[in-house]
Amino acid sequence: MAATATAGHYAPASSPVYVEGPIRAFAIATAFWGVVGFLVGVVIALQLAFPLLNLDLEWTSFGRLRPVHTSAVIFAFGGNALFLTSLFIVQRTCRARLFGGDDMGWFLFWGYQFFIVMAALGYVLGITQSKEYAEPEWYVDLWLTLVWVVYLIAFGGTIMRREEPHIYVANWFFLAFIITVALLHIGNNISIPISLGSSHSYSATPGVQGAMIQWWYGHNAVGFFLTAGFLGMMYYLIPKQADRPVYSYRLSIVHFWTLIFLYIWAGPHHLHYTALPDWAQTLGMVFSVMLWMPSWGGMINGLMTLSGAWDKLRTNPALRFSVAALGFYGMSTFEGPVMSIKAVNGLSHYTDWTIGHVHSGAMGWVGFITFGALYYLFPVLWKKKSIWSERLISWHFWIATLGIVFYISAMWVSGIMQGLMWRAFDELGFLQYSFVETVEALHPYYVIRALGGVLYLAGGLIMAFNLWKTVTEGEAAEPAPRLVPAHAVAAE
Amino acid sequence: MPTKIEKDSVSGQNTTGHEWDGLKELNTPLPKWWLWTFYATIAFSLVWVVIYPALPIPGATGTSGWIAREAVVRDVQQAEARMAPMMSRLRAATPQQIAADPELRAFAMAGGRGAFANNCASCHGAGGQGALGGFPSLADDEWIWGGSLEAIHHTITHGIRANESDEQRQSMMPRFLVDGILTRPQVNDVAEHVLSLTNRATDQAAATRGAALFAENCAACHGEKGEGNRDLGAPRLNDQIWLYGADKASIVLSISNARAGVMPSWGKRLDPAIINMLTVYVHNLGGGE
Repeated sequence: MAATATAGHYAPASSPVYVEGPIRAFAIATAFWGVVGFLVGVVIALQLAFPLLNLDLEWTSFGRLRPVHTSAVIFAFGGNALFLTSLFIVQRTCRARLFGGDDMGWFLFWGYQFFIVMAALGYVLGITQSKEYAEPEWYVDLWLTLVWVVYLIAFGGTIMRREEPHIYVANWFFLAFIITVALLHIGNNISIPISLGSSHSYSATPGVQGAMIQWWYGHNAVGFFLTAGFLGMMYYLIPKQADRPVYSYRLSIVHFWTLIFLYIWAGPHHLHYTALPDWAQTLGMVFSVMLWMPSWGGMINGLMTLSGAWDKLRTNPALRFSVAALGFYGMSTFEGPVMSIKAVNGLSHYTDWTIGHVHSGAMGWVGFITFGALYYLFPVLWKKKSIWSERLISWHFWIATLGIVFYISAMWVSGIMQGLMWRAFDELGFLQYSFVETVEALHPYYVIRALGGVLYLAGGLIMAFNLWKTVTEGEAAEPAPRLVPAHAVAAE
Repeated sequence: MPTKIEKDSVSGQNTTGHEWDGLKELNTPLPKWWLWTFYATIAFSLVWVVIYPALPIPGATGTSGWIAREAVVRDVQQAEARMAPMMSRLRAATPQQIAADPELRAFAMAGGRGAFANNCASCHGAGGQGALGGFPSLADDEWIWGGSLEAIHHTITHGIRANESDEQRQSMMPRFLVDGILTRPQVNDVAEHVLSLTNRATDQAAATRGAALFAENCAACHGEKGEGNRDLGAPRLNDQIWLYGADKASIVLSISNARAGVMPSWGKRLDPAIINMLTVYVHNLGGGE
């Protein structure tokens, strides 16, 4: 039998009624928080270029708005995208209704939005435990722990009641993400409130141990929240839209286990040349270097899935987002191991290079894979024939890509310049530049970076408009015909 | 669901026979280059952990014996050793001797530039141009406490009204209104007189009344014609340079509350050689005497 192994065009005869209401809500929240997060990012980028924009008010100062930006894009935009896709995908690839049904779904939705709003309010009012990407204080942490445990129950319960004999690769990644984020969140947030009525707390781990725990958390927030979870998204979107089987099952097994085993040790590379003991720094570095290929495994599996379907990039602009995302993923997961090498880190650490690196991952990988997911899922969730305007997707794609290029190239130049200026000596042995001179030199690049952010935000607004129009004015899809599997047709 | 292995006509690979929501997987072997690059990173890591410290045992190093702390100490010692001969000459010399010796002077200017930018520029400006609000320009020829090398050296070393050195620059202008020495109308008259020193009086009668009050209360320090007095750190009032603003409201505020700007005693913070460098550098900013 020489049938082409195709995906899609397939609706099992016995698919259950999936939970969709809360998932639609997560889709809207993803787009909404995305725009909010990008907007605050543009504001703080402009504050760095023009400090006057701090407005001399404590609530709008850079120090308070910066965690609003990072949490909005990572946890609000990225988090809602992960809830959206994981709960959508787990039901379909397990052929099982969400464990806990609509009630559980709605609790997750409102519970998570409440966490976001509580966290952001705290930042603006100056309530923070001063741990990067874990700024919320103890009472917000407790609430998130509850929501997260319910998430694990809903997701795990759905897998337990699956109708498929095997667990699809996307669900491995989602499950690894949910379990590890729970561990990280609890581990890094153990603290003792100053008093029961106080919103402030003492961290359980002092000094360098605290720093180590913080970057074990921080780096694995990148590894499991922003990488593993989004790889799960990729493993559904790309084969689905390319209508091709996943390139290699074996590669998915090997890169999954190596990725999750190696990632968890790489955190100390955030603490090179600090009070952290040398041996921990060494191990952080070598685990980061070994992470290169396991990270690329996901990129290879995604890109190679397109062989035989590359022409679809021309006709499907949503797929273009997913594929470009893999390109940025490959770039930043190569850059990361390079920057973890101590000699390179000596130049790059504390400079804008780090900011550029994280944004090529965040804007290029996390952002683009999410945009691709939203463009794919909105018509599916609202039973529309297609997205309202494919032309606007193309506009979004090129404007956002240009924004990323502006952003990361400005940060590469300013970061490397900054690093070189800090270490430059004159012929008599004096430092060539004072600190303030290095700050002054950054100004033009900060303006270019802000411009890149404005473009990225503009793309986000175009997307929000397009999605809104899809929901309100999109042409209704025909009721899905119950097709028999493609291979069954070919066999006849 | 029954396992159904198929052959993919595009790649020639078999599927695994599983299917989820229409998604299938090929059973393609691991790409060779991927696997060998992965092995290479592991080999690199193994070599690295032998050479560099990788065991949580106190005092354990790799075969290279490299320890981060020792490497930093070595680097700092090397840098210090390189500069040590010049630094000790700078420490031993007076600012006048440094300024007169071309080699010492060039060294002091290079080091003074960085030291100024890191310690002084935040108040006095990157080029020593000063800033409104009590931060005097160091690039002009008006000096509150004197612009000779010796005077600058003393000011930097001991500071101004910071109470960190017994030899600090110290003078206190009374708070004429707050302390009840002058009434509000009298303060106004004195301000008009001060304005008249630069021909800017807005009320001639008040300025005339103020002249007597000025002679009585201000001239002892600021001079009869407002020419200032460096021994007392009393700024000149008859030119266009104003520390806290040239307008009448600012002058009224200065008379009423006094200002008493502060500068730290850098002798407590910086190496004497660096103080000497700063002295020569500041003297050279444009106004040195």
